[in-house]
Amino acid sequence: MTVGTAKAGNDERTGAGRAERAEKGTWRVKKGLAEMLKGGVIMDVTTPEQARIAEEAGAVAVMALERVPADIRAAGGVARMADPAVILEIMEAVTIPVMAKARIGHFVEAQILEALGVDYIDESEVLTPADEEHHIDKHRFKVPFVCGARNLGEALRRIAEGAAMVRTKGEPGTGNVVEAVRHMRAMMSEIRKLAGMAEDEVAAEAKRLGAPLELVREVKRLGRLPVVNFSAGGIATPADAALMMQLGADGIFVGSGIFKSKDPEARARAIVRATTHYNEPEVLAEVSKGLGEAMRGIEIATIRPEERMQDRGW
Amino acid sequence: MGTTGTVRIGVLDLQGAVSEHLEAVEAAGGAAVPVKRPEQLAGLDGLIIPGGESTTIGRLMEEYGFTEAVPEAAGEGLAVYGTCAGLIVMAREIEDGVPGQPCLGLMDIGVVRNGFGRQVDSFEADLVLKGLPGGPFRGVFIRAPYVKRLGAGVEALADFDGKVVMVRQGRCLATAFHPELTGDPRVHQYFLEMAARAGEGR
Repeated sequence: MTVGTAKAGNDERTGAGRAERAEKGTWRVKKGLAEMLKGGVIMDVTTPEQARIAEEAGAVAVMALERVPADIRAAGGVARMADPAVILEIMEAVTIPVMAKARIGHFVEAQILEALGVDYIDESEVLTPADEEHHIDKHRFKVPFVCGARNLGEALRRIAEGAAMVRTKGEPGTGNVVEAVRHMRAMMSEIRKLAGMAEDEVAAEAKRLGAPLELVREVKRLGRLPVVNFSAGGIATPADAALMMQLGADGIFVGSGIFKSKDPEARARAIVRATTHYNEPEVLAEVSKGLGEAMRGIEIATIRPEERMQDRGW
Repeated sequence: MGTTGTVRIGVLDLQGAVSEHLEAVEAAGGAAVPVKRPEQLAGLDGLIIPGGESTTIGRLMEEYGFTEAVPEAAGEGLAVYGTCAGLIVMAREIEDGVPGQPCLGLMDIGVVRNGFGRQVDSFEADLVLKGLPGGPFRGVFIRAPYVKRLGAGVEALADFDGKVVMVRQGRCLATAFHPELTGDPRVHQYFLEMAARAGEGR
């Protein structure tokens, strides 16, 4: 039997006492896509060719960009949303979800990305912020958002604004995992602290975190964030990816780490395998072999304060 | 099936919504175990292939020997349930699949990936599931596939908008939607009963 593709409204069976009403853009489907990405690697790509390499290597999604963070850092100036033509080419090239970045607070870039049909918007500190006070009101969109955070309070502020996925910020484009570790440790330790706290201490903790009380209560009850939490910013090797997973990440973003390395295909495959088997050192040893040179890293102390991307957003 | 009477269900733990299925199996009264290696299939009554990215899950399954081990175990009586990406992986044909994307052919079905569109078209809707008591079931569809071709032994258990979204063939069950995200245990209970019966037959 072959089933046709009748559209809602002209399906004669809808009259048979059935409630066939589709609700799009609900909180559950926004959050749900991130849940489907768990245990996976999301890779920054700048061309359809790179997107295909990422998909072939087993990436769960790609981030469509004009330039990877390392090049944005090197170029300086104002970094904006990518050219829609680049994003569309990448959407054409692969069947996995395609994400794209909007500037912090730039809700019109987000409207454009939603109109293009991207699967997730990253309101990202990698781009130059458009608003130093307000993030995007993400509840207004059907497309889900992921946002960066350095600690629990920042994560919950983003979730309150409608982010359906969080990623720790790290320091993008450095190939140095130290900031990613700092942020993941901060978040996990604050969650553990909350879990052990008496109920009557939670309100004061919410105030200290600068986060809505209901969300703080929910974190206490769940013992984790109410949305998926990936790690980003500085992951360059399979061991880095497994480190972040062992520290509690639900999955990994790799920005410059893959296509700034000597052998992107091999490295992409290895990082995917390391993320799946993050708890098995023998597998990690095997996949780490002979990958060629990783991206050249940057020591965090050499970055001038105004060039630290993680301090963008609040 | 174990002597205690608890149905043992493995959840393929390569990528995707694994913890949600582990919790749903426990909530439905089964014993859930994550499965990362083919040898862990031994002694299970059922296996769940979760939602995730079908290309990623398919590639990792191939690499770690699941593409041979799962059909073999299914032939010996293992019940298998796939959600979303799991449905795609279980199919015989994949329309718009990525070249080289493995499909296990556990069910005689042809599927269409992203059959309802991209994420902005992901949706929730009430479904009528054939053979499940208790009224409508909230279907959560995320970049969901649908079943375009059903072979002779395949039964359609639900459709939405004229597209088949739940199928059963013998001891194999598949849904295009995500019961593990709803807190409603009925589909997992249905699968546990299938798996218990499959175990008795061995």
